[in-house]
Amino acid sequence: MSALTTNLPAATRLSRPRRRNVVAHVFLGVLVLYFLAPIWWLFVASTKDAQGLFAGSSGAMWFDKNFNLIANIQDLFAYNGGEYVQWLGNSLLYAVSGGLGATAISVLAGYGFAKYKFRGRNLTFALLIGAVMVPMTALVIPTFILMSNLKLTDTVWAVILPSLLSPFGVYLMRVYTAEAVPDELLDAARVDGAGELRTFFQVSLPLLRPALVTVLLLSVVGTWNNYFLPLAMLSTERLYPLTVGIGLWEQLASSNNGGGHSLWSLIVVGSFISIIPLVVAFLTLQKYWQGGLSLGSLK
Amino acid sequence: MAVHGSTVTSLPHTSTPDKVNPPPPPERRIRSRSDRMNARRARTGWLFIAPFGVVFVAFLLAPLAYALYLSLFTKGLATGTRFSGLENYLHAFSDPQFLKGVWFVVRFSLVLIPVQMAVSLAAALVLDHLTTRLARFSRLMIFLPYAVPAVIGALMWGFLYSPTFGPLEQLFSLFHASAPFLLSQDNVFYGLLNVVTWQWAGYYMIIIYAALQGIDPTLYEAAKIDGASERQVAFRIKIPLVSSALVLILIFALIGTLQFFSEPQILGPVANGSITPDFTPNIYAFNLAFGYAQFNYASAISFSLGIVVFIAVYIFMFATRKKGSNLS
Repeated sequence: MSALTTNLPAATRLSRPRRRNVVAHVFLGVLVLYFLAPIWWLFVASTKDAQGLFAGSSGAMWFDKNFNLIANIQDLFAYNGGEYVQWLGNSLLYAVSGGLGATAISVLAGYGFAKYKFRGRNLTFALLIGAVMVPMTALVIPTFILMSNLKLTDTVWAVILPSLLSPFGVYLMRVYTAEAVPDELLDAARVDGAGELRTFFQVSLPLLRPALVTVLLLSVVGTWNNYFLPLAMLSTERLYPLTVGIGLWEQLASSNNGGGHSLWSLIVVGSFISIIPLVVAFLTLQKYWQGGLSLGSLK
Repeated sequence: MAVHGSTVTSLPHTSTPDKVNPPPPPERRIRSRSDRMNARRARTGWLFIAPFGVVFVAFLLAPLAYALYLSLFTKGLATGTRFSGLENYLHAFSDPQFLKGVWFVVRFSLVLIPVQMAVSLAAALVLDHLTTRLARFSRLMIFLPYAVPAVIGALMWGFLYSPTFGPLEQLFSLFHASAPFLLSQDNVFYGLLNVVTWQWAGYYMIIIYAALQGIDPTLYEAAKIDGASERQVAFRIKIPLVSSALVLILIFALIGTLQFFSEPQILGPVANGSITPDFTPNIYAFNLAFGYAQFNYASAISFSLGIVVFIAVYIFMFATRKKGSNLS
């Protein structure tokens, strides 16, 4: 096509970029429709009552005649002694403590790898890179058996402690620290008599903020979205995070054909509420994560 | 371990100069003092790494070692637990249920990863080219599914696929046809392909996009002066320059797909039996452990899955490294 257009008169050639932009915008529009459609469906569906969900007057992608969102949310929060609220709290607890812990550990280790020379550093770092390649779910069953020997399964610790492991976070922090914290700055701080810890907290840490936010976001999302680990570790429903709780409802609803209609509408509105915190976090924290997510492939 | 070493050199951080060694000090007295300082600093280095070291040993090395240990034993109903060597592994690698799952995830990655890469790379190139408000909005919207848990994503698509009230059915009925059920035995592969692409393409797009934004724009001007078309700029300059981001994504996608669990596990109850308890290796191991209490065999399956992933990534890194050195 480009070979053809080079022979065309100048007037048509001028309009080419514009036409190309139209094509590009249409392409983007199609992508946006595809990526938003399920989320739009979820919003619309959570405003319907149990009957409208299955036999709505205006199809699956548009609102029913009854706007039932508030009543659905009230049902959701009241169902079975408010277990949904409990799950929401648990998800928050696991995501925040696991995320903060993993981030703190990653920053310290990444800094240690990047800025200190010691025997065995290269070997330990090679081990770490190997660990990035270990599929985390392959560890779930062995960790479960190990923790059940210590009587730690079915406690919050069974979910929080394994979530602290983040080899990729350490790798990111090491890459970023090596670039963002000049050795000369550290040496200057040491000459001025600052101890190693004080140098870390007052000189280096402020420089590491972008990577810090990224690793925090990645590990919070990872823990919030985790399903396999809590599913394996927990058997008390009160300790479930949202993912496992909604999965349980889904199983109940689909094994109870016909009678499960009301549970399906709870699942829909529960799913809708459960994605709000992260969606809001990503939309408001844009300027932090947009650059940060590419850290792993820094040139 | 050799491969880890070489990956490390291929990754960017090694380009940062290590601390320059000070020239040999003229006097003994000074040298011994700086030796003491270095020793102290090395200790501090270890202290910084120590918390991670503890977590690493407790939740990675120990479970791996324990899984290996457990997998060498067999628990029989009458015989009790006995040492059985590699029997569980021989069993696993001749177990049609395990092999079927492995074959599924391998086949799935071979189709999924190119599709995902094509979508995310195309979107990133278009976004890099446009600077309109619509483009910025699209970037955010395409990324949004990353914030949705896999469990919820799978549930939503399960509803959308539904033959009784999903929008697909309504769309097809306009033409007096009936929509294919995307979770049926024949279609479940594509049904899942769509769910995973939807979930991850935006995240990969952002990584590629950020790498594209990091390219020095004077390169494009130079290419334009040399008469390169925009297509040539995209294929000869942009794509080669973001290849390290592409490799990173490929590795993520490969590791993620081989341990496929949440989506099929969630869609299982609404798939009318086309998602079986041995659908993927992880689902199989989960059911062995928690459905049948076969912890020894489940450990062997987990460990085997870990080995399969490790080898797959190893082969992949070796292949892409070769290509990279040919280019340069």
